[in-house]
Amino acid sequence: MSVAEIAGPTVDSTHDPASIVPAVAVHGVSHAYGTRKALQDVSLMVYASRFTALLGLNGAGKTTLFSLITRLYDTQQGSIEVLGHRVSREPGEALRRLGVVFQARTLDLDISVMDNLLYHAALHGIGSRAARRRADAVLQEIDLADRARDQVRKLSGGQMRRVEIARALLHQPRILVLDEPTVGLDVASRSAILRHVRSLVRERGVAVLWATHLLDEVIAGDAVVVLHRGRVLASGDVADVVSAAGAVDMRSAFIALTGGAPEIQE
Amino acid sequence: MSVVAINDERRGFTVGQYLICLRGITWREALRFVHQRERFISALVRPLVWLFIFAAGFRQILGVSIIPPYETYVLYDDYVTPGLMAMIQLFNGMQSSLSMVYDREMGNMRMLLVSPFPRWFLLTGKLLASTSVSILQVYAYLVVAWLWGVEAPAWGYVAVLPALALTGMMLGALGMLLSSVIRQLENFAGVMNFVIFPMFFASSALYPLWLVQQSSPVVYTVCRLNPFTYAVELIRFALYLRIDWISLAVVTGMTILFTAGAIIAYDPARGLIARRGGGAG
Repeated sequence: MSVAEIAGPTVDSTHDPASIVPAVAVHGVSHAYGTRKALQDVSLMVYASRFTALLGLNGAGKTTLFSLITRLYDTQQGSIEVLGHRVSREPGEALRRLGVVFQARTLDLDISVMDNLLYHAALHGIGSRAARRRADAVLQEIDLADRARDQVRKLSGGQMRRVEIARALLHQPRILVLDEPTVGLDVASRSAILRHVRSLVRERGVAVLWATHLLDEVIAGDAVVVLHRGRVLASGDVADVVSAAGAVDMRSAFIALTGGAPEIQE
Repeated sequence: MSVVAINDERRGFTVGQYLICLRGITWREALRFVHQRERFISALVRPLVWLFIFAAGFRQILGVSIIPPYETYVLYDDYVTPGLMAMIQLFNGMQSSLSMVYDREMGNMRMLLVSPFPRWFLLTGKLLASTSVSILQVYAYLVVAWLWGVEAPAWGYVAVLPALALTGMMLGALGMLLSSVIRQLENFAGVMNFVIFPMFFASSALYPLWLVQQSSPVVYTVCRLNPFTYAVELIRFALYLRIDWISLAVVTGMTILFTAGAIIAYDPARGLIARRGGGAG
């Protein structure tokens, strides 16, 4: 299945053509650490108002791809664009439009929840008054307003993740990229986080790229990109991927595509 | 499915936004410093131990002749104070690099690096923030030293401020450069043994170079090549309201060199960080 076949938003002729610009466009990206190839000719698109799951086992290259999208590393081959801004040429313009949640915890455990949010706001050039107002709003939204003054280390793993997602949205990006955000969380926390992110897609039109190895996080209607050993094996709507793999559901499609997936959990 | 028109015209940042970012980085560094009380205490206790114990012992043994910037014989306590001020900044610079390695391992560093501001600005901002913290530590030490009887000319306490800013930048930049080559926190012990101690001891911090020259020309040459020597002398001269131009030139040059090295090392295209490999996913 080609990149062009990945489901994008419905094109409405009454809308400006700019509306069909992909939120994130990855074109033919390859990356190697020395002689070890981590990504090979990876292409994918992420659109506004869509939940795109980047599905792959550990070691598939998901984190490398995230590091390239967020310009922790520069692309060695190929290109990545965020709302039309090439990450390698206009990193500032690309990064200001991205909300990022990394796999590893990136909150400062020693300072308060509010201070973490204000620090992030400053890193995006948001003045303290506006930052405080936005921080209050996002904490209200994730039901952690009463923990604003608490040190981050006093929060549970699920609460920390919710704060990280709230922080990623503080500068009001159009795109949210999350690298295995539910790893290590209990079922209830996982479900709450997933519900919250899906509501952002549905209600605010945020484009989400969600990397995971947990199949139950993918539902019908999502866009899926199956990444395996650094290559994209399939991409498109769940139904398209399942049908292209000649499978009955996403799990069997994944197993068929990757040749067995013992690590995939449900 | 709804279509959301993408119409985001914001481009670039204003000077005000750069200042907001810089203030945020400095504020976080200060917050971390305040929260880590043991860091402040150890930063103060370390030079004071040298002043109270080491200097007391050496006062009778080590004669310091009249050498610039001093115009008369000075007590060893007076001589060693600029060296201890530089030592505070040396340890702070390395502490800062330790925290960068820690932040990188813990992931906090990523949030800094994915900020849309230019990376050189973010790293320089972090450097300025760490230098400000080190200057506060130095002045805290100077207060205690003054109570102990170590006095410099009154205006010297003001004149030394720009010198401290420059030496703090140099040592902070060195720490930042080292943090880019240290893979893991455990390797930091090596920095103590191979950077901090040699830099401190092979310098004019504890004894004047003419004394070193008399006992070992080789060590004297090493001391002359050590940028930390020039940091100490820049501080020493400034504290006595004078400028040592050679030290100023060396410290400025080294600050530029180390800062450029750190910025290159953290550059996603050219740096060392990108060659190391990604995470699990």
